[in-house]
Amino acid sequence: MNNIVTLQADKINKRFHDPVTVHVLKDITFSVYGGEFVSVIGKSGCGKSTLLYILSTMDTDFEGDLFIGGENMRNRTEQQLAHVRNEKIGFVFQFHYLLSEFTVLDNVMLPGLKLGKFPEEHVREQALHKLDQLGIKKLAHKQANQISGGEKQRVSIARALINDPSIIMCDEPTGNLDKVNSQIVFDIFKTLTQEFHQTLLVVTHDPEFADKTDRIIEMEDGRIIKQ
Amino acid sequence: MNVRLIFSIARSLLFARWRQTLVAAVGVTFSITMFIALLGFMTGLNDLLDGLVLNRTAHVRLYNEIKPNEAQPISLSSTYKGSYHFVHSIKSVGSRQRIYNSGAILQALKKDERVTGIAPKISAQVFFNEGSIDITGVVNGIDVYAESQLFYFNDYVTSGNSTDIAIVSNSIILGKGLAEKLLANIGDVVQVTTISQERFPLKVVGIFQSGIQEFDKVQSYASVSTVQKILGEPNNYITDIQIKVADIDQAPSMGREFAKLFNTDAEDIQTANSQFETGSFVRSLISYAVGITLLIVAGFGIYNILNMMIYEKMDSIAILKATGFSGLDVNRIFMVIALSIGLFGGVLGLLFGFLTSLAIDQIPFNTLALPTITTYPVNYSPAFYFIGSTFSIVTTYLAGWAPTRKASKVDPVVIIRGK
Repeated sequence: MNNIVTLQADKINKRFHDPVTVHVLKDITFSVYGGEFVSVIGKSGCGKSTLLYILSTMDTDFEGDLFIGGENMRNRTEQQLAHVRNEKIGFVFQFHYLLSEFTVLDNVMLPGLKLGKFPEEHVREQALHKLDQLGIKKLAHKQANQISGGEKQRVSIARALINDPSIIMCDEPTGNLDKVNSQIVFDIFKTLTQEFHQTLLVVTHDPEFADKTDRIIEMEDGRIIKQ
Repeated sequence: MNVRLIFSIARSLLFARWRQTLVAAVGVTFSITMFIALLGFMTGLNDLLDGLVLNRTAHVRLYNEIKPNEAQPISLSSTYKGSYHFVHSIKSVGSRQRIYNSGAILQALKKDERVTGIAPKISAQVFFNEGSIDITGVVNGIDVYAESQLFYFNDYVTSGNSTDIAIVSNSIILGKGLAEKLLANIGDVVQVTTISQERFPLKVVGIFQSGIQEFDKVQSYASVSTVQKILGEPNNYITDIQIKVADIDQAPSMGREFAKLFNTDAEDIQTANSQFETGSFVRSLISYAVGITLLIVAGFGIYNILNMMIYEKMDSIAILKATGFSGLDVNRIFMVIALSIGLFGGVLGLLFGFLTSLAIDQIPFNTLALPTITTYPVNYSPAFYFIGSTFSIVTTYLAGWAPTRKASKVDPVVIIRGK
């Protein structure tokens, strides 16, 4: 962990207006530093997922300020935000969300090809390298819908890593996995932070998982109650 | 910038559900095929029917009408100028069927750039004698070379050789109905009596069949000089000058101009055959309407399939957006899918349409009325292929527009949350 702020939330408020106005996030302020492994926990409905979608720039309907890599995400076009997500943020979801029409390797390569920073050959090598790191290189040429759940989650981690993002955000990454696979995923995260100084922000309701992370942000009723 | 990536994603999505894609493409293919075949066939038939009359009709015909003289002697008198003339028992003047100064008129027409061809003609009323029976008929004196070139006379001569009337002296080509009445065959000699009671033997060198039976029962053709001989007229005697013009729309005004200039009567093709143009216009209109309806129906097919595809691919769209693809990228991906269905289906449709046209062209179509036609007529105008391909792209674009817009507006948060 270093002292560079990777992600900063400043007084973020969020209200849902349909059918009645509900104030789901109240003055959320916190920072994530480079190389940190942070978990956000809280009960179902406390707003932690909503917060993650705001932090990930996918939800732009909120009050307050969001800084990623020191840049304010306010007043940006949909295309600019898409570019930020592509370059700076990696995602791992609870449901593995791979594109079933593509092979494992293609799934990992797609964000890299979209970024277009490196030629296709280089992106392919990178993707194979990441898959190798996660121990699933042998699956590279399988169709994405032909592999197991644990393997899918590892593929989505490889996809999140392909553009060397400044932060990886995870939404219940182990919520849908058994104990063995959860442990594998956790170990991968641990390795990423310790060896590669990757910044990680994980939303989870699994206290066991959270206990093993560097820092826990606990939420209740749309507020941070402990960090 | 991401063109290649967008195309490869579109390709993968297309091939992942190739059956669905195929159904959509087959819809387009079918409609384009039918469009091409229908229009080709209808237009072919139209051309044939129009040609039946129009090909054989001069654009402008110069002749002298049998009618009362407009300038009666009294009007030349200076004494009664300004008075109102009552003239009784006016008779039509028929003795002046010949076109005066025909040689000079022909020369003047040859120099006219708007005129693409001229053919002189003489019509003579005669009786054909078969035993004790006299059959009324018409002998047309024609320049067979000009007539073949301008009015496809050759096509209608079903037996014998049309040019023989120019080579063999005192020869005639009989209409099929007429030949049957006279029991005449090629090589036979028929007797012709003119109105002025002169008899003339003519050798039959050919039989023609125009497709209009009434016409074939009375008409016959001989060379201009033969008819001049029958009528006992000099070699500048001509009753009709048939003119083909470059721009058929100019025919009425040119007709009026020539009538005034050459002091004859003139009849243009529009006046003589107005009903044919109306008929073919309505027929084309109907075939276009049917063809375009087919394409629109295919468009709805594509719309449905794209809509379904987008519902199925909501997850994929959400993930693409989450990993950095913008709404515009998603829009382009689905537009590429829509347009490739249109393009692929359209190209196949053009091909199948052409093959169907070829097949229709092979179907035997024998009718007594049309001796030169042996198979169904088909028009292969590139215009249909152009309209068909343009329309297939335009329909698929329009069909893809709404679903594509929907895809680009998918909110990934809603999809990912919804699980």
